[in-house]
Amino acid sequence: MLRATLDDPLTRPFWDGCARGELLVQQFTASGNVVWPPRPMDPASRTFAHEWVAASGQASIWSFVVAHPPLLPAYAEFAPYPVVVVALTDHPAVRMVGNVVASADARIDSVDPATIVVGEPVRVVFAEQDGITVPRWTRA
Amino acid sequence: MAVVGVGQTELGKGLPDTEFVLALRAIRAALDDCGIDPSEVDGLASYTMEPDREVEVGRNLGLGDITWFSQVGYGGGGGCATVLHAAAAIATGQCNVAVAWRSRKRADKASRVWAQSPEVLADYLQWSRPPGLLRPVDEIAMLMRRHMHEYGTTREQLAEVALAFRAHAQRNPGAAMHGRPLTLDAYLDARWISEPLCLFDNCLESDGAAAVVLVSAERARDLPQPPVLIHAGAQGLPRQHNLMAAYFSDDPLRDGPSSAAAPLLWSRADVGPADVKVAQLYDAFSPLVLFSLEGYGFCSRGESGGFVEGGALGPGGRLPTNTAGGSMSEAYLHGFNLITEGVRQVRGTASGQVADADVCLVTSGECVPTSALLLRSDS
Repeated sequence: MLRATLDDPLTRPFWDGCARGELLVQQFTASGNVVWPPRPMDPASRTFAHEWVAASGQASIWSFVVAHPPLLPAYAEFAPYPVVVVALTDHPAVRMVGNVVASADARIDSVDPATIVVGEPVRVVFAEQDGITVPRWTRA
Repeated sequence: MAVVGVGQTELGKGLPDTEFVLALRAIRAALDDCGIDPSEVDGLASYTMEPDREVEVGRNLGLGDITWFSQVGYGGGGGCATVLHAAAAIATGQCNVAVAWRSRKRADKASRVWAQSPEVLADYLQWSRPPGLLRPVDEIAMLMRRHMHEYGTTREQLAEVALAFRAHAQRNPGAAMHGRPLTLDAYLDARWISEPLCLFDNCLESDGAAAVVLVSAERARDLPQPPVLIHAGAQGLPRQHNLMAAYFSDDPLRDGPSSAAAPLLWSRADVGPADVKVAQLYDAFSPLVLFSLEGYGFCSRGESGGFVEGGALGPGGRLPTNTAGGSMSEAYLHGFNLITEGVRQVRGTASGQVADADVCLVTSGECVPTSALLLRSDS
């Protein structure tokens, strides 16, 4: 499967947080602005200083798709599988792409797509996927 | 500025010519169409996805000294921008005869960009691809599901887009889907690609090329074809834009690229959406047509599903759209065949000609930095 790089100093704190079981978001110091995806400069204050702050891990499903072939070989065995966009409850402007799964280590096709509803609450869990700990989502 | 020549190759799958040779054929046809000798061409506009091709185009077509050349990025968002940039170059004296084109060999499965992803992602795709949101269609499907949730848009309404373009293609013998009409039942029974989108919500994978020739409006009036004026044009890269990952933007259903292009486009025009008799709207995926109808002001936000009902985009509808079949039923050339069809409509020579089509809107890809043109007759 595909994975994000761990070699980018900007985003490495996010992945280190996942490895510790913490969902972090990037917050710029000058403005308090929380952005996603991460970036070097704050578009509000036009400054660089930022921290990674813990989010609650509570979210709701903003939208979802169910992917069918043709797909990359590593994903085809799971098809059809759902992919969700979730909006974080404590940072509603942050929407993350992920998988909704029956449990942290379950397959990406472990939730019946027909039961997924836009707006339903989910919470973050973490699992290792191809050598990197990633956030995933289970029903709250 | 005016478009005075259009050229298009055969369109289809598995054409024997290379992408470059297809480009040469289309450009040659466009120059023949307007009777301008290739040695007079001094400006070239193309897509960044055809890198370093100006040199070879010049030495094969026997062009003269090129004094202006430019490329526009972002794939299907750049089509109208190539024409707009060429018009601006002529207006500012950088060149006199400009050619814009797009050539594609896409029908080969190996040419699918998404299928060639590296395993470790360091760019923006690292935030969407690993969970399995692998393809452009998945990203558009994510927005379409949200559109359905917020506005109540239905699959039957979305089907109107595919059915309308397929109906237009039945009048265009050169269209890939000529002779293959589509019914609502067939649409609803089609295999899924990325729910809520099915096979027929996707464009074709095609080979082919199309080209246009631009000169000043004054010179255009001395040439054999009726001039098609560039009445207005605009590009759009909205604030906090995220390419195809539009679900990351501030207000994804309302801040798409057309929201940045449309205000300038209409402010530069002395017509409005109600004056547009025929439209060519970028249709790599059917939801993009709904988003463009809203973004360019043909209806309010959220009302595109109702707007397209009853065959509104089809032959004889209130806004005939993609009248040669578009990317979904003629060929997918990154939207450039929408430009050539727009020119034919304003000339009055289209296979599915719309009566009194004196104003045509042509748009490029929504969900990437985009561009749009208003074409208008000279009379």
